[in-house]
Amino acid sequence: MKIAVCIKQVPGTTEVQINPETGTLMREGVEGIINPFDLYALEEGIRLKEKYGGTVTVLSMGPPQVESAIREAISYGADEGVMISDRSFAGSDTLATAGTLAAALRILGPFDVILMGRQAIDGDTGQVGPETAEHLGIPHVTEVKMIEGVEGNRITLRRMLEHGYLRLKAPLPILLTVVKEINTPRPASFKGKLRARQVPVKILSGKDLDLAPKIVGLSGSPTRVIRVFTPPKPTGGKVFTGEPKEAVQSLLRALKEAGIPMNCKNGS
Amino acid sequence: MKDLVKGMDGIKVIIETCTGCGLCLRACPYQAIELREKKAWITDNCTLCGACVEACPWKAIVIAGWKPIPKEDLSQYRGICVMVEHRFGELSPIVPEIIGAALALKQQFKGDPRTVSALLIGSGVRALSEELFAYGVDEVWLLDKPGIDPFAEDILADLAARAIRDRKPEIVLGGGTVMGRSLLPRMAAKLRTGLTADCTELSIDPETGLLRQTRPAFGGNIMATILCESSRPQMATVRHKVMKPAPKEIGRTGQVVELDYKVPKSDFEILEFVEDTSQKLDLTEADFIVSGGRGLGDPKNFSYIEELARTIGGTVGASRAAVDAGWIPYPHQVGQTGKTVNPKIYIACGISGAVQHQVGMKGSDVIIAINKDPNAPIFSIAHYGIVGDLFQVIPELIRQLRSKEQG
Repeated sequence: MKIAVCIKQVPGTTEVQINPETGTLMREGVEGIINPFDLYALEEGIRLKEKYGGTVTVLSMGPPQVESAIREAISYGADEGVMISDRSFAGSDTLATAGTLAAALRILGPFDVILMGRQAIDGDTGQVGPETAEHLGIPHVTEVKMIEGVEGNRITLRRMLEHGYLRLKAPLPILLTVVKEINTPRPASFKGKLRARQVPVKILSGKDLDLAPKIVGLSGSPTRVIRVFTPPKPTGGKVFTGEPKEAVQSLLRALKEAGIPMNCKNGS
Repeated sequence: MKDLVKGMDGIKVIIETCTGCGLCLRACPYQAIELREKKAWITDNCTLCGACVEACPWKAIVIAGWKPIPKEDLSQYRGICVMVEHRFGELSPIVPEIIGAALALKQQFKGDPRTVSALLIGSGVRALSEELFAYGVDEVWLLDKPGIDPFAEDILADLAARAIRDRKPEIVLGGGTVMGRSLLPRMAAKLRTGLTADCTELSIDPETGLLRQTRPAFGGNIMATILCESSRPQMATVRHKVMKPAPKEIGRTGQVVELDYKVPKSDFEILEFVEDTSQKLDLTEADFIVSGGRGLGDPKNFSYIEELARTIGGTVGASRAAVDAGWIPYPHQVGQTGKTVNPKIYIACGISGAVQHQVGMKGSDVIIAINKDPNAPIFSIAHYGIVGDLFQVIPELIRQLRSKEQG
């Protein structure tokens, strides 16, 4: 089974704080990390390989420093890493990103299963997966929480939906985006860390992908960000201290005065 | 010009205007700007997000090189189309919200009225047209044929994209639901057009008539306004529980436009939908949520949270700390790697409020924090708070709520 996992390097957020004065992210010393959801995609790819044999290829599109994310992915157990990097890709929106990823997947593939995280924690769109699948002309399933198994050319999946989940069978090749519930990613092994330092990371540039300039980067992106701003900060909260009885009384009074409905629905 | 311009393709720093003040360095979410010889220098990390352009008081950073590609005559596209999501013969709760957003946009095309239509695809769904008219749509584009499973997204995307190609609306709006956020990207890629995910604000630019799409990114810490200028339709999904739902008026009518396409065979074999009993009421749709975190100290103390939730008719949520400790299953997790919720009231109990938690619940109408640490970050975003021991405060809150009801 040939497995691809697409990862994105995002600004690390574990130490990010919101500046209480400006309401903006304080990012001093924040390193790039692998998008957290993508780690679950990677782990699932490695598990598929362990169960059904094959290889796991990690791809990442971005500026040259994504190499560190790719090497980290190799340390967890990916077989090879490919970096899709070219200045002409800068400014890609989800459609242009998907077109570029699809071109790379076509060159490196064909893959049986392509895995991604449900969304990246910086852009929060979740659109690149379905759009990439469409560019490749293969089906996709989002929010996968379990791969029950693969039989021949069919994969059985559980997909999270509002109020429950859907069990379905889908054909291979397929593109899946996964949720956190799907597994618990393993830590990097010592052997993996060694490998990560040694194996070469392949680079695919714009020329290698042979895409028309008008479909990549800024000019290939139908959407354009015209304004970025920080949302208004909630105005001063009322905090009550002291004895629980009085504090709760004050809270309920304040809610009532503000016309906020919080009532007892189940009195017994 | 060549000496005036530095940096990578697309984004340029006008060296003569740049004062080296450094405001752009702080605004950049990607650490892609350095000061070199006291001037801003854009590095390869740049994604052309435009945060620096906005931040620069001297207008010394410009993004150039973006040129619209005239694909076809855009004026052929007219009207606003709502993608109808339905399951088991009922409209999804987000549908009135999408229609509400569409009707609000319609109002903004002053003197040049647009039609609001609803694209309804399925088997035996004709009856839902009446309900859509009651919510105020002008037209229902109906494809009611056997063999269309509401979960077979591949054929839904095919048929919907075909209908959009034929009917040519200038705007297509869908729900920011699991289905909507899977189906619309697939359609957008088929139509080779732009799509903006999970919008919280939509408006029509009065001068250009373009759809201004505003959405949170970076987990809600940054808002971005996005345009889709050169391709049609302009597509967006709207975040659940943000747009005002359209009021329902029984008896309103409209025109049904019958679509007649051959239904392709789905690649998927839908086995079953399993209702999640641990999630009786979905968090993302809950009006009241009571969440517990590390401060509970022990899994059995979730009974405090459950009791309060039961008292106010709410749903139980949790912080990542509580989920990772195995106190409560993952579907209850609120935050960056869990669910994004926007209830009327969110009560955070024993949750310190790390930014990763905040991004999942900041959109709540009212946030109430109960925490013994007055310096917990949760208080910085809470509208109301009680500093105290939650094991005393929660029972007291339940007691007073109940006695209020009786008295």
